[in-house]
Amino acid sequence: MIDVVGTLKRGARELIAHIDFPLLLITLAIMAVGLATVHSATFGGNERMLSQAGNMGVALVIMWFVSRLPPQKLMSFAIPLYVVGLLLLVAVFLFGIKVNGAKRWLSLGFTRIQPSEIMKIAMPLMLAWYFHKYEATLRARHFIVAALLLLVPFALIAKQPDLGTALLVGGAGFFVIFFAGLPWKVMLGLGAAGAAAAPLLWNMLHDYQRKRIMTLIDPTTDPLGAGYHIIQATIAIGSGGPFGKGYLNGTQTHLEFIPEKHTDFIFAVYSEEWGLLGNGLLVFLYTLLIGRGLMIAAAAPTKFSRLLAGAITLGFFTYAFINMGMVSGILPVVGVPLPFMSYGGTALVTLFLGIGILMSIQTHRMLVKK
Amino acid sequence: MSSFHNPDADVNRFRFRLGIASLVVLLAFGLLLGRFVWLQVLQHDFYRTRAEDNRIALIPIVPNRGVITDRNGVVLARNYSAFTLEITPSQAGNLEETIDALAEVIDIQPKDRKRFKRLMDEAKNFESIPIRTRLTDAEVAQFAAQRYRFPGVEVKARLFRQYPLGAVGSHAIGYIGRITDRDLKWIEESEQQANYKGTDHIGKTGLEQHYEFELHGQTGYEEVEIDAGGRALRSLKRIPPVSGNNLQLTLDARLQEITEQAFGDRKGALVAIDPATGGILALVSNPTYDPNLFVDGITPDNWKELNEHPSKPMVNRAINGAYPPGSTFKPFMALAALEIGKRTPNQAISDPGYFNFGNHQFRDDKKGGHGSVDMYKSIVHSCDTYYYMLANDMGIDNIARFMGQLGLGQRTGVDLGKDDSGESKGVLPSPEWKKQRFKKPEQQKWYSGETISIGIGQGYNAYTPIQLASATATLANNGVMFRPHLVNQIVDARTGEKRPVEPQPIRDLKLKPQNVDVIRRAMVGVNKEGTGTRAFAGAPYEAAGKTGTAQVFSLKGADYKAHAIKKELRDHALFIAYAPADKPRIALAVLVENGGFGAQSAAPIARMVLDYYLLGKLPGGAAKEDEAAVEDDNEE
Repeated sequence: MIDVVGTLKRGARELIAHIDFPLLLITLAIMAVGLATVHSATFGGNERMLSQAGNMGVALVIMWFVSRLPPQKLMSFAIPLYVVGLLLLVAVFLFGIKVNGAKRWLSLGFTRIQPSEIMKIAMPLMLAWYFHKYEATLRARHFIVAALLLLVPFALIAKQPDLGTALLVGGAGFFVIFFAGLPWKVMLGLGAAGAAAAPLLWNMLHDYQRKRIMTLIDPTTDPLGAGYHIIQATIAIGSGGPFGKGYLNGTQTHLEFIPEKHTDFIFAVYSEEWGLLGNGLLVFLYTLLIGRGLMIAAAAPTKFSRLLAGAITLGFFTYAFINMGMVSGILPVVGVPLPFMSYGGTALVTLFLGIGILMSIQTHRMLVKK
Repeated sequence: MSSFHNPDADVNRFRFRLGIASLVVLLAFGLLLGRFVWLQVLQHDFYRTRAEDNRIALIPIVPNRGVITDRNGVVLARNYSAFTLEITPSQAGNLEETIDALAEVIDIQPKDRKRFKRLMDEAKNFESIPIRTRLTDAEVAQFAAQRYRFPGVEVKARLFRQYPLGAVGSHAIGYIGRITDRDLKWIEESEQQANYKGTDHIGKTGLEQHYEFELHGQTGYEEVEIDAGGRALRSLKRIPPVSGNNLQLTLDARLQEITEQAFGDRKGALVAIDPATGGILALVSNPTYDPNLFVDGITPDNWKELNEHPSKPMVNRAINGAYPPGSTFKPFMALAALEIGKRTPNQAISDPGYFNFGNHQFRDDKKGGHGSVDMYKSIVHSCDTYYYMLANDMGIDNIARFMGQLGLGQRTGVDLGKDDSGESKGVLPSPEWKKQRFKKPEQQKWYSGETISIGIGQGYNAYTPIQLASATATLANNGVMFRPHLVNQIVDARTGEKRPVEPQPIRDLKLKPQNVDVIRRAMVGVNKEGTGTRAFAGAPYEAAGKTGTAQVFSLKGADYKAHAIKKELRDHALFIAYAPADKPRIALAVLVENGGFGAQSAAPIARMVLDYYLLGKLPGGAAKEDEAAVEDDNEE
């Protein structure tokens, strides 16, 4: 009897041994909000919400599994994952399927995959591994190699074109390099060079990307075309007011004025129904999530885990900021979902891979120190 | 960076950079929150309105246009509901094919296609445009069965305007037609845009135009929630329309009809007024037209015919035609002379048959003259010499002042058309008028010789029939003047509340009763022993009248022989009258274009009108021209 109870207790303890509860609770809270909002955005049918709940279940299992992998094990995935990811990106470049004018997908016969998604994890993993390996002998050339490791996939993704994902992948890689100690002087120099090169970059952008930037500056120039999304989303947010129109009462949402309302523009739905109060709560939850992530990074024992945790956490920030920024009309519309809120299994899995990695880093701390 | 590896410094540097990153995160989220406060608190009202505008569409419900009835309740303009087959071009795809296919289901004539094309050129492309009007129930059913084949085509119930009496009174009633750009400007100037959403017809002339904003009513609307695709989801609110006000006229439709018949195929005008109120009993301009032709949009052929016909049926001669009054001017001249003391009734002149002024001789129509002529005789026998002298004695300023008070040479303000744009002013000659009328200095000067022929209603004198009728009515009413008007009262369609249009006189000329009486007796004499005797033979009532002839063609000294002149060049015949003379119930002015002498063609029409109005006597068709009157040299 006692043995059985003891075994069960030990088993249960073992099951949750690598779960970081603050992190789990925060993400569950955001996901609960997200699920409710998906329900509102797709009101009239429950398929989307149920399917998203299923996605969450799968993602949580993956998180649980990843959290149990020690960081050394994660390190060993760095090169293979990066190489596979890179090869797939090249394959997309060569044989990808064109959907809506963008070549982002690779057909596997039975399903389609989006290799750029892999890079969201593979990139920081690879760079963290790289800086960890050369920790003791870090030279300027290592930063140059790291920059190349970053730029090649970035360019391939941007070329598809998928500016949103390219920004997220590039951001994740940049955060690693930043945390690895990229000198301020270099960053200032790059910033200045970037500013100087902006007109050149402008010329390289696709027409639709330029249009998005132009309509961001003045959405009213194209109220029925590219500006429509921004205008309608802004109306949704503004009409929500301080306290919102109430759950399931958003007129912009339920009368189909908001585009992509359960995916990229879900924030407009949420904001219309919950108002400034709800927005404050959501931003607060994201701040907690990022804060917890940064705490884990600060406490991480190895260079690899520090860099990885820091980059993944800032990745969440980038997701959230770009999405809310674009929906509220202060950033151009790029295809970035709102983390843990937007409908979509792939993004959710990627996000929880990140959460799993953070948990692994946090819970394997002591073992490493020993 | 350091080339020496120092793990502790490394960690510290990492943590410093984490701190920087946290700061960036907080700043960025702060920026977002700032944006949210801007949108959701500071700009909230603006965006709330935008969201409401997005969500709610107002579908106008056009009110029923007011009904127009005559003084006895006879309906002159009403609405009836009928089904129309309408196409929304933006939804219908290839229009030609659609119409061809429709023609297999429902009878569509070439004229329907023509009208559709014309309406389409005028319309905005999201409007639905009628291809067929007045569908029968069978046609509605036939189309309903085939409806699925015709996207963008639907049967709509619409209200149509109908003028049951057809051409009778069309110059008074006017007609409605589709709103054009010019009408839109009018609507905007009247700040009625909101009320005209969904309305596609508007008054174009006559009462329909003058009382447009009374007749139209208040447009109702339905608030409908719509989605981004513009589909109506549910009705939120319905504000029913308020029907336009009804017009109850002073006009007597039967009298109007009889008068029009009395004209036959002669061109001309008649205005009959109730002197005690200024209410118009009949307003005829002949020929007339059928206003029903305009309701669905007049066909180009019909329009061309009406517009280019030599008898000009579209011109409202009663208010737009300005004619010299001829001898009908004389009673007013005589009254003016009495009022300002230039003549007494018994003061007689000797008429040699002409009046010399300077080296010009003004001739009387009667060779050898009328002998000794007092005021009574001057009117009864229409003595020109009397009035040449009188005009010369009075001077143009006195004449102009007195005639101006009677409303001659001024718009009467009758309630027809938009503002007073439909009414002509005519010409009340005066030195001031000449100064404005002519540009060259030598033409601007008034010559006293010009005053002479003014006295017999010739010269620059030109008045509309309604002005003459109004002046006659004022005379009949002892100088108390009303604005001539067609609408007695405006009746609120909902409450039945009645609002009189013109209850108060606009002016009292303060005429001396004994002076008015002199004129009355003389005008009664006209019909008893003067130029109107033949026309009024056997009348059981006493009618005051005066004949008149307006020169169209200057004969320069030759004798006027009606038979020798082409009909278009014959003089215009005029007649003014009121009756019963002692207690006038009706005053009128008749003009017959190229009718010759007033006694010949105008007086017989007046007799018919008075006989019907006072006795209820029905005439049998058109008034006959009194050929004998042509020979009657008593006149002029």
